[in-house]
Order: sequence, then C-alpha cells, then structure tokens
Amino acid sequence: MDPILDVQNLAIRYAGSPVDAVRGVSFTLGRERLGIVGESGSGKSTVGRALLKLLPGAKISADRIRFEDLDLLAQSEAEMLKIRGRRMSMILQDPKFSLNPIHRVGDQVAETYLRHFPASRAVAKAKTLEMLEAVKIRDPERVHDLYPHKISGGMGQRVMIAMMLLADPDLVIADEPTSALDVTVRLQVLNILDGLVRDRGIGLIMISHDLNLVRNFCDRVLIMYAGRVVETLNAAEMDRAQHPYTRGLLAAQPRIGGGRQPLAVLDRRPEWKEEAVL
Amino acid sequence: MLTEYPRLRSVLGQATTIAITLLGLLLLTFIIGRMMPADPVRAIVGEDASRETYEQVFNQLGLDRPVWEQFLRYLGDVFSGDFGTSIRTGQPVINDILHVMPATIELATLAILIGAGLGVPLGVIAAVNKDRWPDHVVRVFSLFGHSMPIFWTGMIALIIFYAKLGWVGGSGRMSQFYIGMVPDRTGFLLIDSLLAGQMDVFWSAINHLILPAALLGYSSSAYITRMTRSFMLDQLGQEYMTTARVKGLSKRQTIWHHAFGNIKVQLVTIVALAYGGLLEGAVLIETVFGWPGFGQYLTNNLIIGDMNAVMTCVLIVGVIFIALNLLSDLLYRVFDPRTK
Repeated sequence: MDPILDVQNLAIRYAGSPVDAVRGVSFTLGRERLGIVGESGSGKSTVGRALLKLLPGAKISADRIRFEDLDLLAQSEAEMLKIRGRRMSMILQDPKFSLNPIHRVGDQVAETYLRHFPASRAVAKAKTLEMLEAVKIRDPERVHDLYPHKISGGMGQRVMIAMMLLADPDLVIADEPTSALDVTVRLQVLNILDGLVRDRGIGLIMISHDLNLVRNFCDRVLIMYAGRVVETLNAAEMDRAQHPYTRGLLAAQPRIGGGRQPLAVLDRRPEWKEEAVL
Repeated sequence: MLTEYPRLRSVLGQATTIAITLLGLLLLTFIIGRMMPADPVRAIVGEDASRETYEQVFNQLGLDRPVWEQFLRYLGDVFSGDFGTSIRTGQPVINDILHVMPATIELATLAILIGAGLGVPLGVIAAVNKDRWPDHVVRVFSLFGHSMPIFWTGMIALIIFYAKLGWVGGSGRMSQFYIGMVPDRTGFLLIDSLLAGQMDVFWSAINHLILPAALLGYSSSAYITRMTRSFMLDQLGQEYMTTARVKGLSKRQTIWHHAFGNIKVQLVTIVALAYGGLLEGAVLIETVFGWPGFGQYLTNNLIIGDMNAVMTCVLIVGVIFIALNLLSDLLYRVFDPRTK
C-alpha cells in the first residue's frame, strides 16, 4: 500500500522556546486509521497542526514530510492554502468554539466548497445539504439556516465533520473530536466519522487521550510521551505493549469487574525522553 | 398575552425603560437646579432690589410652593416645550440651544466619521500585527492622540495649517466675508449653503470645519483604536479562526470575514459613546477655533449661573445619550445576523 503520509524525524520548536516541543517523531500512514495517544502536553496536537503548517511562529523541521506527491516542508503558504481543506483537513475539538457564532452553519460548511471549487452558491448549497445528510442530520434544510448557538454539541460536531469532508480530502486529522461531547452521543459521532472515512478511503489521524476509544476505533496507535513517540502498536495488540510508559497507562485504567485495590500510579522517567523509538 | 407578540413586547419594554430613564433625568436636572448655589431670584431682580420685589419674584417663580409641586410644574413646562428664558440673552433657552446645536452636530459628525474611519482600521492592523512594528507605530500614534491636550494641538495645528501653510480657514464656521449671505433654514451651514446654491460659502464652511473636526476625530480615534485592537485580539485567538484556516482560507479572509464580523456590535457601542461625548460639545476645541457650539454655550452659562440654560443643556445631553443608546440597539439588529 502506498502511504498517504510519510513523516521522518519530525521536530517542532515554538517561537521563543529553548527546547523542541516535539522531536524525533516518525510514522507513516496509509488509508487507515492511526491513533495518537498521550497526556496533555505530550505534543500530539502539535503534530497535527504542524502537518497543516498552522503553528504560527513555530519552527518545523524533519528529514522528510511526504504527503502523497508533495514535500510538505517545501510548500509555500500560497500552496498550503490549496492543500488545507481540499486535500488535508482537521476536525477540531469543541463545536461550541470551533464554529463561528455569527455565520449560519450551512454557510460555514459551504465555504469549504466555495474556497476550492469554482462553483455557484446554489451548487455549493446543494453539496452542503448532501453532506449534512451524509453526517445523518435529519432535516438538512432547516439545520442549514441555523446559527451555531441553536444546535447541540453532537450536531455541531457532525456539522464540523461535514465541513471538513466536503471537499473530499485524502487525509483528515481529528483532534480530540469527541472529548467535548456527551458520552451518549460520542459513539454516534464516531460511527458517522468512521463510516465516511472507510467509504471514501480517507487516511485518518485520530488524536486522543482516551486509550479505550483509540483501541476500539483505530488500526494502529502511536503512544507519545514528552514530545516523542515511545511506542507504536497495532490497536488489537495493545495489551502486548512493551514500553513501561504504555504499560503504565494501561495499568492506570479502571476496569469493570476488576480488583478493588488502588489503581497503579503512572510512572514517568526522564530517560524515556531520550530513548530510541521502539 | 403579550408573550404572543415578542416584537411588540420588546418595543413596549424599551419604551418603558426610556420613559423611566427620562423621568429620572428630569428629576436629576431639577435637583441640580435647586442645589446650585446660584439664587435664581437674585439673578432676575439684581443685587439692589428691595425686599418686597424679591418676595414678589420669589412667589412668581413658585419657589414658595412645596418642592414636589415645583417639580410637577417643571415637568409640565418641559413637556409643553417651555424651558424658561435665558437671563443672559433674554431669549427662550430652547431657541438659543437650537441655534448652537447644529454647529456642534456638524463638527461632531465629521469628527466621528474621521475618528472611526481612522481608528477601526488602525485597531485591526495593530491587532493582526500584535507586538510587531505596525502595532508599536499604531500604539504610539494613538497614545499621542489620547494624551496631547487638545487645546495645545489645536493651537499648533492652527499655526501650521492656517497661519503658515494657509491650507484651511481660521476661527469661526466660515470666513467673515460670507456671514449673513446664506439664509438660516436648518442651522446646518453645509446644508443651508447647498440649499441656497452658494458653493463659495459651502467650501468656506468645509475649510473651517475640517481642521477642528480632524483634531477631534484624531483624539477620539485613539480610544476607538485601542478598543478595536483589544476586541480583535479576543477574536483572533478564537478556535473558529483555526477552523477557517483549516478550510483553506487565507489569513486576510479569516480576519475580515470571520473575526471582524464578530466585533461589529461591540464597535457600534463604543463609536456611539464616542459620538455622544462629541455631541456634548468640545469646549476646548470650540474655544480655540471660535466655534459657536453647544460646549461653549453650556460653559458660558455655567460660569454666569444662568440656571434655566444649564438645566436644559444637562437635559439635552441626557436625551442625546438615551437616543444614541436606542440607535445602537437598533444597529445591533443590523450588524448581528442572529437577531433576525
């Protein structure tokens, strides 16, 4: 399988910072679902935004960031404008903040289409309604005209998915797409995303801090710790993790029917920051 | 019952609020009139009047009646359009004010157009370039406008642009030569001169208006710039800005189409407030430029203790702010699509 994305030895340093926020990150992605898991501050979101080159002021370096036929490192901002939304997009965390409060949701979705295709507003609207239906919004015509404060979180996230898939990208980064949602609608939204990603053969990077979610939803998982990838696993083989950090994460999870003894406390060792990738 | 007509209910609610505010305002001006250490009877009869004359005028003015009755009488007078007579000019106060107000409105309106036209774009530029050189330049520029005393900048500007360069007219609303050439129909010199077809007078009026208006505009742009900058900084950090960038929009598109749309309502409020401040009259600039406006009128009457005139001026300032609040409420509906 030809990889969509090939990242080798990625390092990111924020402006004014003396250390790299992310370093030595390497992975490839085919038409599959790759999870990136880690604690807050481990650099997982930073990796996502770096792929879109949306880290103002940050310095991104790598031996190679190959996205399909493109060398992403060499793309100018003007070229990135044609890539973002069209070939690579990102689903953000909380629709309460990620949708513009003063534009109707339909117009916000259609904007993706109008940005990348020479189409009339009517065509863009038709595409939008089609897409809203694809994310299982029951009454697309009505929802199209609503403002973001009128829709629920679950519906907002479906609108977000519609917006980011409308221009038919090859790679979608989902940055904690369900952590702002109610537990009851989480699965619903994930299933919609999963269905669309499979049907359209989109490569998906799923950034999350939820081990169980990633284990059930992704094909492969990267475990990040302090700006490095400490372990890469097949999601199904999570329990066979080698790295003590991953084992620590797994051990810190409560289990229904598990023992009543206190959960293990996560151990963090400085030398893991320096170790080679397994 | 009214719950079925939300629009009617909101209109009624607003009318009630305005009525209550207006009543409070009238009460306040009445109290100010009574509290001032100026003796209205002495102002009429003079220092040498006999005790009998004094008593007679005292009773004529109704000052022997209970205070609540005096207030009711004041209300009745105000609502029938009688604001009393000015001691200084012997004219009904309202006539005097109608005479000075257009001069101030002309000045304030051009000033706020300049202030907002300068302040809003500068504020956006500063916010977008936060902590880089355009931001610093804009901040120094607006700090200067904010902190320089306007009577000083006024005089310096007169020396440069009037005395040295001769680009603009000097003091007054037009050249001496044209005074009396245009019939006074609306009191707005720009309108009257156009109505009379007197283009010379019109240009002379513009020539005299532009410098004081530019100075007032510059000084109010300082505030508008700072507020625009901070409103924009708020919006630029919002997550929906990232969404717009992820969709493939350029930075410029996200700034104007996404962020700026979200600050319009806030901008309306501060521009309306700044306009209200200008309509109160800018006594310093009016004095420097010999501008026969509201600020000068109020100050002169305050100094000589012409209380009928002062109370009416206070009332008018209050009414201006109520009207501007109403106007900005209406503009919210225009600028915030969610209210439709």
